[in-house]
Amino acid sequence: MKINTKFAHGMAALAILAGLNACKPKNAGSVVSGDAAAKAYVAPGNYDEYYNFVSGGFSGQLSVYGLPSGRLLRVIPVFSVDPEKGWGYSEETKPMLNTSHGEVPWDDLHHVSMSQTNGEIDGRWVFANGNNTPRVARIDLKTFRTAEILELPNSGGNHSSPFITENSEYIVAGTRFSIPPDDKNGDVPINTYKENFRGTISFISVDKTEGHMDVAFQLQGPGVNFDLSHAGKGKSNGWFFFSTYNTEQANTLLEVNASKRDKDFIMAVNWKMAEKLIKEGKGRKQAVKYASNRFDEKTHTATSTIKNEVTVLDMREHPGLVYMIPCPKSPHGCDVDPTGEYIVGSGKLAALIPVFSFDKIQKAIANKSFDGEYDGIPVIKYEAALYGEVKKPGLGPLHTEFDDKGNAYTSMFVSSEVVKWNVKDLTVLDRVPTYYSVGHLMIPGGDSKKPTGKYMVAYNKITKDRYLPTGPELSQSAQLYDISGDKMQLILDYPTIGEPHYAQAVAADRIKNNSAKFFKIEENSHPYVTKGEGNAKVFREGNKVHVNMTLMRSHLTPDNIEGIRVGDEVYFHTTNLEQDWDVPHGFAIKGALNAELLVMPGETTTLKWIPTKAGMYPMYCTDFCSALHQEMSGYVRVSPRGSNVPISFSTGTNTPKNETQADKAKN
Amino acid sequence: MKKFLVLSMLIAAIGFIASCGGNNKTTRDTASTAETEVNTENPSYDPNRGEGKFTTVEIGPLDAQKAELGDQVYQVKCSSCHKLTDERLVGPGWAGVTERRKPEWLMNFITNTDVMIDKDPELQAQLELCLVRMPNQNLSDDDARNLLEFMRKNDGAK
Repeated sequence: MKINTKFAHGMAALAILAGLNACKPKNAGSVVSGDAAAKAYVAPGNYDEYYNFVSGGFSGQLSVYGLPSGRLLRVIPVFSVDPEKGWGYSEETKPMLNTSHGEVPWDDLHHVSMSQTNGEIDGRWVFANGNNTPRVARIDLKTFRTAEILELPNSGGNHSSPFITENSEYIVAGTRFSIPPDDKNGDVPINTYKENFRGTISFISVDKTEGHMDVAFQLQGPGVNFDLSHAGKGKSNGWFFFSTYNTEQANTLLEVNASKRDKDFIMAVNWKMAEKLIKEGKGRKQAVKYASNRFDEKTHTATSTIKNEVTVLDMREHPGLVYMIPCPKSPHGCDVDPTGEYIVGSGKLAALIPVFSFDKIQKAIANKSFDGEYDGIPVIKYEAALYGEVKKPGLGPLHTEFDDKGNAYTSMFVSSEVVKWNVKDLTVLDRVPTYYSVGHLMIPGGDSKKPTGKYMVAYNKITKDRYLPTGPELSQSAQLYDISGDKMQLILDYPTIGEPHYAQAVAADRIKNNSAKFFKIEENSHPYVTKGEGNAKVFREGNKVHVNMTLMRSHLTPDNIEGIRVGDEVYFHTTNLEQDWDVPHGFAIKGALNAELLVMPGETTTLKWIPTKAGMYPMYCTDFCSALHQEMSGYVRVSPRGSNVPISFSTGTNTPKNETQADKAKN
Repeated sequence: MKKFLVLSMLIAAIGFIASCGGNNKTTRDTASTAETEVNTENPSYDPNRGEGKFTTVEIGPLDAQKAELGDQVYQVKCSSCHKLTDERLVGPGWAGVTERRKPEWLMNFITNTDVMIDKDPELQAQLELCLVRMPNQNLSDDDARNLLEFMRKNDGAK
């Protein structure tokens, strides 16, 4: 009997294992062990250990997850309009999406970098790049809102961005697509690429206290594709490294024509020297046009400024400024280890991972160990810069993150795995499958001077069978691994928004205590703020009608408005008078060719509405705010054009003329 | 055999659940409102003073300047819900409030709203009538004192 029981248990276990294996690659590492759920479990009401800021890819937004639970905490609108939050729809936020092309309501958000102090994530800001219409955004971590968006001139796309220096002096933006510079005629035949196209890298300065971004200077160089980058740190602070591809300078069928050369380049830039050259006035002023959009927390309003000039250094004209380092087969990731000594290039078509040494690069420069020039830029000999190669790591190496024990973790797109290897001796220590086709990896602090060694997240490009089918379109998958032991262990699998590219994470304590709970109404300096119901009013200026309205549980003031005419531009300037955490009010009106507003406590936000038909228009609070939320509503009467109905507004007093108090009591 | 199987699975299941609970080391740190425990007995709660940082508030002849500042606070942060008469809007009208309540109670309620609503029997009865919890409007200590003076003025204090 006992034997039989054991036998039954054994069979059951085998059946379970077989079941798990059936739908996954045949690899022992794919079996999730018993304590995985406990490791990712955060009990109801408890907080996560880490904030994880994850790019939303083609959604254009930034998502915020808690780790290790994988709970989605928030989606912050950045480059794309978001009708839920009124982002890009309210009058105050429209300027944020302005560019030299006009309002661009979408972008492709790829990478995130958190601000650093002394090489450590300081929890003040997150920067993110827009890959399509080249832009960089700054998100303020007090409010978790996009505070600034800067457009980049001379750029055809912004991919190797927004990587940051160790004291947040600069973030960079390298153009993905080389193009003729903005002050040249771009109306040229496409096949004149080699002659007319240039590649530009922007260095964007970050103001130390306010975080304001400006294009400090640009470097113009050969027409190639800039892919990814990372700043040097520690000993290599003062240098920046960029991966390049299409050094063939192809302009068609890049799949073939940009994969011909055995090696492309990692480009090393001495940015301290560039800074000096700019200070000495060596830069050329170039006429351009780009937008700088900033949100003011006191007026709760964004302004967009078009700028007309940028300072440019030609890479070829300043010896010592830029060097090329050959790197096998279309390098993608360009990652610098925590000490700043090792620069890892990941040739996405290569079967090895080259690791370059900063010391050797410096020595090669001093000894002029060059192998000719590329478009006027010295090319350092491969062997002279190389520390060593990780042999046979897997197929399709893309990105590398680091832990606190001297190990590196590289994502393998083609073989769908993460490979852990030792940075010093370049030996592969462990490998674990991902589901499927992993792109970026993220370890909290994993590209800073102070990485952690507890969790790693893999952001995958292909999902297939990981979740219940939802038609042809699936969420992308992320997988969380415990990396505290010798072996990486998969502990959680969860869907993400858009297509996540890079992400960063920081201990919750760095951020949570600074998180704003509301905006102080006393500090609100919006030109149409209504500080107290007594100041609520409706007034006409020609065909414009301004409604200075207050929102407070559980009524709008005013809630009866008459005298609006068809074709009027009506501006509802709504002020939320609440002064407590988590009491937003919403505002919507029937027929608005627009969105809702979500108004945070102490904030003023404006919805523009142009009524097209006479009639009665209900308006209401969209965010369930109190037991009497359903009562938080009102009416706007719209009369035909040229009507004589005077402007009137009220709350609580517009009762029928012939009804007495006694009648009301009876009713 | 079946019994054995069921029993051993049960034990395994219990073991699993226990290990989940035991592994939870995350510190508890949640919003103050959710944390507050409702204690209907309230042995330590003083219904005259309320609960908060104010124990005794000295009042004398009406301070017109404070009352004026209090009026400004009222207009921005209170008037949406409270009339100056005895008529109820969202919350009760203020007429006579300084005769019904001690100055300490009023200032504590204004500045320590959530805790008082959860503990004060009369506030709980009031909530059943109004159905909207009075929000904490984040008044400074000075704001609260000035507002008290404005309430006294409204009640005819000289």
